[in-house]
Amino acid sequence: MALLEVNQLCVEFPTRRGVLRALDNISFGIEPGEILGVVGESGAGKSLTGAAIIGLLEPPGRVASGQIIFDGKRIDNLDQEAMRAIRGRHIGAIFQDPLTTLDPLMSVGKQLIETMQTHLKLSDRDAKARAIQWLEEVGIPAASERVFAYPHQFSGGMRQRVVIALALCAEPRLVIADEPTTALDVSIQAQIITLMRRLAADHGTSIMLVTHDMGVIAETCDRVAVMYAGRIAEIGPVGDVVRSPHHPYTEGLMGSIPSLESRVARLRQIDGAMPRLNAIPKGCAFNLRCTKAIARCQDERPELLPAGTTQAACFLVQEGAQ
Amino acid sequence: MSDRIVLQANDVARHFDVSRPALQRLLAGEKKRILRAVDGVSFQIVAGETLSLVGESGCGKSTMARLAVGLYAPTQGSITFEGQSMHAALADTSLRRKMNMIFQDPYASLNPRWRVRDIVAEPIKAFKLLSSRKDIEDRVGQLLTQVGLSAHDGEKFPHEFSGGQRQRISIARALSSEPEFLVCDEPTSALDVSVQAQILNLMRDLQERLGLTYLFISHNLAVVRHMSDDLGVMYLGRIVEQGPAEEIFRTPRHPYTRLLLDAIPDISAVGRQRTPVGGEVPSPISPPSGCTFHPRCPLANARCKAERPMETKVDGVAVACHAVEEGRAA
Amino acid sequence: MSAISRFLDSDFVYSFRRSPVAVVSAVVVLIIVLCAVFAPLISPHDPFDLASISLLDSLKPPAFSPDGDWSFPLGTDDQGRDVFSSILYGTRISMIVAVLAISFSLVVGITVGLVAGYAGGAVDAVLMRIVDVQLTFPAILIALLVDGVVRAVLPPAAQDALQLDVIVFAIGISRWPQFARTVRGSTMIERGRDYVMAARVIGISSPRIMVSHILPNVLGPVLVIATLNLGLAVLDEATLSFLGVGLPPTQPSLGTLIRFGNNFLFSGEWWITIFPGLTLAAMVLSINLLGDWLRDALNPRLR
Repeated sequence: MALLEVNQLCVEFPTRRGVLRALDNISFGIEPGEILGVVGESGAGKSLTGAAIIGLLEPPGRVASGQIIFDGKRIDNLDQEAMRAIRGRHIGAIFQDPLTTLDPLMSVGKQLIETMQTHLKLSDRDAKARAIQWLEEVGIPAASERVFAYPHQFSGGMRQRVVIALALCAEPRLVIADEPTTALDVSIQAQIITLMRRLAADHGTSIMLVTHDMGVIAETCDRVAVMYAGRIAEIGPVGDVVRSPHHPYTEGLMGSIPSLESRVARLRQIDGAMPRLNAIPKGCAFNLRCTKAIARCQDERPELLPAGTTQAACFLVQEGAQ
Repeated sequence: MSDRIVLQANDVARHFDVSRPALQRLLAGEKKRILRAVDGVSFQIVAGETLSLVGESGCGKSTMARLAVGLYAPTQGSITFEGQSMHAALADTSLRRKMNMIFQDPYASLNPRWRVRDIVAEPIKAFKLLSSRKDIEDRVGQLLTQVGLSAHDGEKFPHEFSGGQRQRISIARALSSEPEFLVCDEPTSALDVSVQAQILNLMRDLQERLGLTYLFISHNLAVVRHMSDDLGVMYLGRIVEQGPAEEIFRTPRHPYTRLLLDAIPDISAVGRQRTPVGGEVPSPISPPSGCTFHPRCPLANARCKAERPMETKVDGVAVACHAVEEGRAA
Repeated sequence: MSAISRFLDSDFVYSFRRSPVAVVSAVVVLIIVLCAVFAPLISPHDPFDLASISLLDSLKPPAFSPDGDWSFPLGTDDQGRDVFSSILYGTRISMIVAVLAISFSLVVGITVGLVAGYAGGAVDAVLMRIVDVQLTFPAILIALLVDGVVRAVLPPAAQDALQLDVIVFAIGISRWPQFARTVRGSTMIERGRDYVMAARVIGISSPRIMVSHILPNVLGPVLVIATLNLGLAVLDEATLSFLGVGLPPTQPSLGTLIRFGNNFLFSGEWWITIFPGLTLAAMVLSINLLGDWLRDALNPRLR
């Protein structure tokens, strides 16, 4: 059974100019122990998806329809109290900026201990020992001394490691990581993604990794969902999506990323820009920018259709033109 | 292609005094704290080509960008532009208008209260290139079309445009003084990948068409590979390796360059297993002695701790590394 | 879309229309302003034309009480002056003083703030110390002090003629520091932005950058504070006049009217001081509420 199932999820924002649909019928699943990447450009709705799952949608945004099922139970219709019990204990979160995630006035050890004692029944002594253990596991040197240090006494990369420890210490089965390495230097990024992969494997945790950085996804994830204008354009095993994408947007996206491997004369360019939420075209959201659009694309919205090992929301897959 | 040197940096250093206010310092008995943002950098940029400076945070590339366009004066060393000292070039309007800059943040680099046409026209008016309103208006329209926008867009305000479009406006502004040399400070770092592709393509087209010379600053090695002729890798205010970009990418020699290239998550490296080098970039206020990379370097020896390496030339690439000099690097 | 229709459709106007407080206070302020501006036209009597007042009319109560007279809707004072007309003219003077004083404050405060924020270093330190020192005193004390000193310095003949100028100067001087502080803070933020650097790259001079680039971007919060200060300036002037060091009886403001009327409060002729008092309260309250709304409405834009 999938650990997380998202079915036809719609998230809306009522504004004075009408209702904006920020997520439009998103469906996907995460298996236990899997790392799913959610990639997309700004405004695609990837962060919103994570926020909706963990119950942290900022009002007036709300789940308008659809279901989020975690471990067999629905969680999208829970009240704040019930959601709080799930957050931390069953679903953990890692956000982009470690400086604002950690409480600057509490030592890192105390924050770990507090989190663990809230969700797990541990004695003070055990909690402290576990806190030190976690710091060691995430690679903080001299953990038993640094357990009482404050966040500002750590460097950026170390702080993010603490955040990872904090997200994992209550032993959740799913962690939502929203741009966990974007604010870090390149050489530190590499260390953090390796760490996350190892921890996920060791503890059997699933990760939903939200980012705009395709390189990070390629190296970390098992499967990837490519989002565009609040919808999933393509989803499948990461190698297949990267090397042989079926959706024209995914194709364009992969082609526009400069690679370290070689230098091309001209980067592949998708003209235009992602439509704003209040200007999403009828039919396929990408049809106005798509070089391969057919008549059908302007009227009907494509569902996710099987395309080899992946699924792509594109009629061309069906028509056999891909 | 001519070998004319547009910009030359000679052992340039730029220090910032970041000590606490004098009174508090005296009371606490602290010494002055000097941030050596750029600590002895030398390079040349040939006309029509792109030199990229790449590195992580604290390496001094942004400071170097500002030095190259005269916003800061060097604390030590000198910079020459078109053969003249930077100081003289800044005073000479005909030379000054030949350099301009494109900034990283498309949301902060355009004055939100000015209309786009005034933003783009500012350099034209500042350098008195055209005088009649009609001429200026026409030229602004021309520039906007050149960067892929429309002439009507001049009427609008910056907030009406997306990040990529604002960056185009920035480019139009930079081009309006008819420069020959552009410093590009992370021009696509704040943009989405597909928009970045549009902007990078545009920049290369403009370079070809107008014969521009670029100093391109970035932390993204893949972008740099796409854009550069020459490359300088910076670490804590110094250039550790510099030379033709292709050569460096093909055969990186400095241990830091190798670390960087290895660390970058690349889409062609699906599922790569890696053993990354540990450690983080130290603070530039109290950098390590000798070769500043030695705490993280797998090839460091006693000499590296004590002595700052000079540049050694290997196959057209200048590398500042004792191990390379001594032939220890594989 | 024309500029007007774009403005009317904007979030700013929308937020205004949705807020009953903003609309009501704006209406009140507008009424008061219009009455004051057109005082000579709408006032039933000219209370300062000595020929038109008669002691026979003195101390008449407001029109709705038994002895009242509708030609004097709010009653008369001890000299026979119509209270309603006095209020109209008085409001006029109060407003003129407030607007002039705050304008003066704005000019000085914005200039100092821009220079301090842009130049930084020693210049900033010195200017801000001056601001800090002045801010330790209540504004009204400063106004009193300046008022007293200037009067002492001026020859008696000039004193009467310049009384309006003196009080405008005194109130203006007492209120510039807060503008300077706000503008300095905003300037320091804007100074670091890339668009300022872009201007410096092409060699635009510092004064030019301050005025054409930075100033338009720092005016927002300043205008909000200015609105709130308008109400305070009206009160300052009323206080000074009440204390007798403000405007002369020949040009009475609301404060002067309140002061004179105060003498009659306990002998039963309450209307002479209460009505000017209510007008003052309504005016200051409405200006404050409008200023509050303005601050909140502009705030998300500033982000």
